[in-house]
Amino acid sequence: MKYLDEFRDPVLAKKLLDQIHATVTQRWMIMEVCGGQTHSLVKNGILDLLPEEVVMVHGPGCPVCVTPMNLIDQAVQLSLREGVTVCSFGDMVRVPGKEMSLLEAKAQGGSLKMVYSPLDAVQYAAQDAFEGVVFFAVGFETTAPANALAVLQAEKQGLTNFSLLVSHVLVPPAMQAILDDPFNNINAFLAAGHVCTVMGFRAYYPIAQQYETPIVVTGFEPVDLLQGIARAVTMLESKDYTVENQYARVVLEDGNRAAQDTIFSVFEVGDREWRGIGTIPESGYVLKETYRSFDAVEKFGLLNRDTDTQNGCIAGAIMKGQQKPKDCPHFGKGCTPVNPMGAPMVSSEGACAAYYNYAQPTVV
Amino acid sequence: MCLAIPGKLTTIVPDEDPVFRTGTVDFDGVTRQVNLAMVPEAKENDYVLVHVGIALQVVDEEEARMLLDTIRTTEDWAEELADPDELNQPS
Ligand code: SF4
Repeated sequence: MKYLDEFRDPVLAKKLLDQIHATVTQRWMIMEVCGGQTHSLVKNGILDLLPEEVVMVHGPGCPVCVTPMNLIDQAVQLSLREGVTVCSFGDMVRVPGKEMSLLEAKAQGGSLKMVYSPLDAVQYAAQDAFEGVVFFAVGFETTAPANALAVLQAEKQGLTNFSLLVSHVLVPPAMQAILDDPFNNINAFLAAGHVCTVMGFRAYYPIAQQYETPIVVTGFEPVDLLQGIARAVTMLESKDYTVENQYARVVLEDGNRAAQDTIFSVFEVGDREWRGIGTIPESGYVLKETYRSFDAVEKFGLLNRDTDTQNGCIAGAIMKGQQKPKDCPHFGKGCTPVNPMGAPMVSSEGACAAYYNYAQPTVV
Repeated sequence: MCLAIPGKLTTIVPDEDPVFRTGTVDFDGVTRQVNLAMVPEAKENDYVLVHVGIALQVVDEEEARMLLDTIRTTEDWAEELADPDELNQPS
């Protein structure tokens, strides 16, 4: 178990921390894009061990956190429709919509089925040809191959009762939107290991160059994260605006070609609204023209209401790295994981939930 | 939700159509049927990274063990490996 020891090794962790302390000469804001990394940073107490100058900012994090409220409302509408069942990943069902969450809709007679995989939803549709089955297809690039595969499987089985409610978002355009924001204060990114497993990381080179922002593809272990941070600080200090792959034992530069081919046979890049951020051009996937018959919005004539209303939740500012969960007046008071007011408190990968759950961090 | 979980591919169920190719993956004692369309190169006894029911990549055993260990401490573990039937039990 060479790796196991290496990537948990407190001595190595200490060495990396010393290196970071020795290298840093000024204040740098580094954003980790992925909620799994936020979770690991907070849980392992890494934030408290970093030098004051190195500020970690928690990025858009998880698909649950960025799915706009009107999509939740559309899913709720569908689940309440006669003869329609909405299938969803478990972590979407508690996210508050304008009037209710999917789980609350279920209590009011809505038809909701939680599934582990979009392929389970296809199987469910195959069992009962008269029931309309809609899969709530949220996700970043990591989840896109599975959602695309669900459409291909449904097509091959001739299922006409299966469709997707798509809310698919992409990481690189979100990074760019964050960097384009006039209030941007991010100097470097840790890119998410598993997103890059699918897509590779070639798309990051132009971003790193254009915005003079180093990007380090990083894993999830404490030592991975410390290595990622150490690389980012070194690159910042030496004005080296490029991309490095800390997670080379899993991530290939080109990602997984078979997965990309599957995605692009079903989806194409299109505009998407991000909760708390707004519409970002070309920032997500939409079904291709040839697969429009699998689009729940068209199939059921859903209204696209602009309902991204605020209830005092500052999720948008948190996701852009301009505020921390503790800056939110509702944090831990009106808003807790049991009673979430915003998406970052619902998902265990959301920044608010991570801060709430690990208020007393353990040390690496 | 973007975490992928590693497990050992114990048996492959061949299918004429690669889109439906599946296998049994053992996640440290919990077994699941997993789609193998994205990893045509995967062989029995390989370790694969699995996300929402599909294998995304073949990884080596050490990496698999380490990731498994970390992930087991998060809620994602329970979420990813929840029994689909149990998911819908009233709680
Ligand atoms: S604590 Fe709750 S209300 Fe405040 S930003 Fe986080 S999710 Fe929103």
